Amino acid sequence: MGELWEGMRQAVWLVVTLDPDLVEISLRSLRVTLSALLIASMIALPLAAVLTVQRFRFRRLTVATLNALMGLPPVVVGLIVYIILSRGGPLGVLGLLFTPWAMVIAQVVIIVPLIASVAHQSLRELWSEYHDLLISLSTTKRQRIAALLWDGRRALLTAALAGFGRAIGEVGAIMIVGGNIEHVTRVLTTAIVLETGKGDFALALALGFILIAMAIVINFAIHNLSRTETEGRW
Amino acid sequence: MTSILPLRAEGAELRFRGKLLVGPVDVSLGAKGVTIVLGPNGSGKTSLLRMLHGLECPSAGQVRWAVPMHETFEKQAFVFQSPIMMRRTVRDNLAYPLRLSGVARAEARDRADHWAARVGLQDALDRQATVLSGGEQQKLALARALIRDPQVLFLDEPCASLDGRATREIEETLVAAAAAGTRLVMSTHDMGQARRLADEVLFLLHGKVQAFGPARAFFDHPPSAQARAFIKGDIVE
Ligand SMILES: Nc1ncnc2c1ncn2[C@@H]1O[C@H](COP(=O)(O)OP(=O)(O)OP(=O)(O)O)[C@@H](O)[C@H]1O
Ligand SMILES: [Mg+2]
Repeated sequence: MGELWEGMRQAVWLVVTLDPDLVEISLRSLRVTLSALLIASMIALPLAAVLTVQRFRFRRLTVATLNALMGLPPVVVGLIVYIILSRGGPLGVLGLLFTPWAMVIAQVVIIVPLIASVAHQSLRELWSEYHDLLISLSTTKRQRIAALLWDGRRALLTAALAGFGRAIGEVGAIMIVGGNIEHVTRVLTTAIVLETGKGDFALALALGFILIAMAIVINFAIHNLSRTETEGRW
Repeated sequence: MTSILPLRAEGAELRFRGKLLVGPVDVSLGAKGVTIVLGPNGSGKTSLLRMLHGLECPSAGQVRWAVPMHETFEKQAFVFQSPIMMRRTVRDNLAYPLRLSGVARAEARDRADHWAARVGLQDALDRQATVLSGGEQQKLALARALIRDPQVLFLDEPCASLDGRATREIEETLVAAAAAGTRLVMSTHDMGQARRLADEVLFLLHGKVQAFGPARAFFDHPPSAQARAFIKGDIVE
């Protein structure tokens, strides 16, 4: 018990004094996850909009597939990305395995289905509201997508934040493809696993605090966004 | 500017899963005036207006304009029974159709401000359209429909849930638009409004056109027992 309290005390100290290791790891986590979020959003949001306004043969199947992919275990994603990026794999020549980019790729794969599904649901609602008006104004497909993305931006931001939360807290996949290499691919979650294993609760807890703080900030933002959404104000 | 009128419906029918909603309709709408579409609930007024506007494709027959269909799109507009508000400010709602037609941002803004003033929304320009009252929303929808200066404007019971004052303001805007040459085709349940505005009446019953002709004749000498009963406010079977 005493050891735990001591760890707690040191953890707070590490956070307060901005311990270099802690800062480095936190910043890397943010960099990796924000990159993944940016790329995933650029794929998922237009995809959601196209799925909303475009009728094509496999639309229902695509939506169902996205929903199913949401439930994909991250460890399995890690495994697949590992195989693809490993030296003998199809993208082995790129030499991305055990770099931050490998982690970005894994996170993108994990959160694209999540962001696309959540975004698709709210865009579909908006589209059923707008449908008659936008058809009556004889908008092009492109204009419809633009209107939905712009007027649904708060809901889309919510979807993106959910993706961010999922990505930053993920450990299984990025452990596999990143390798938790010090000063290279060590991020918040993988570092926690390592430090806990070593019995160094101080750093593990300090990293945990950072992670929790991020989660709280994100959920607060999501809550605020969905509240203002229903009030119809920015 | 070439006119997209007359509009001709020839044997036009609208079906949903085989069920006839309205038709066959054979009417011709000339270049000028106000056509009021009358009929009890479920008689097919909304279906008819949507089909004429091009929101629905006729399941049989055809709806033809004086020019090819695609040339009519920007020259007609529709006001829905329950206003569709974009989640934007009043100003941005008004500017939207103009921006679609390629009008520059500054000019679109000026014209939006001008139209807001015309329907009495000049103080609401920066408010979110979704928080306006029902009457304000319908005025906004009307101004947004008129802002591209359409040749033909369809309105589906635009005053259905409005009080007398808001109704009168909408009517004033409509009369001004008609005087400026916009062709109006409007459904209503309000017999007083029909008498005030109509040049021409189209009376629907069970999806069929029961009567179509000058308003004066329709009200003074109802062409059928059903029309007479409907004008008096009786239930029409
Ligand atoms: N999308 C639809 N699917 C199935 N039936 C429909 C649809 N739209 C309309 N109908 C049916 O078509 C008929 C005509 O409906 P419509 O809405 O055109 O009547 P209306 O004259 O506008 O009625 P109201 O005065 O109540 O607005 C009704 O029987 C209605 O139930
Ligand atoms: Mg109707």
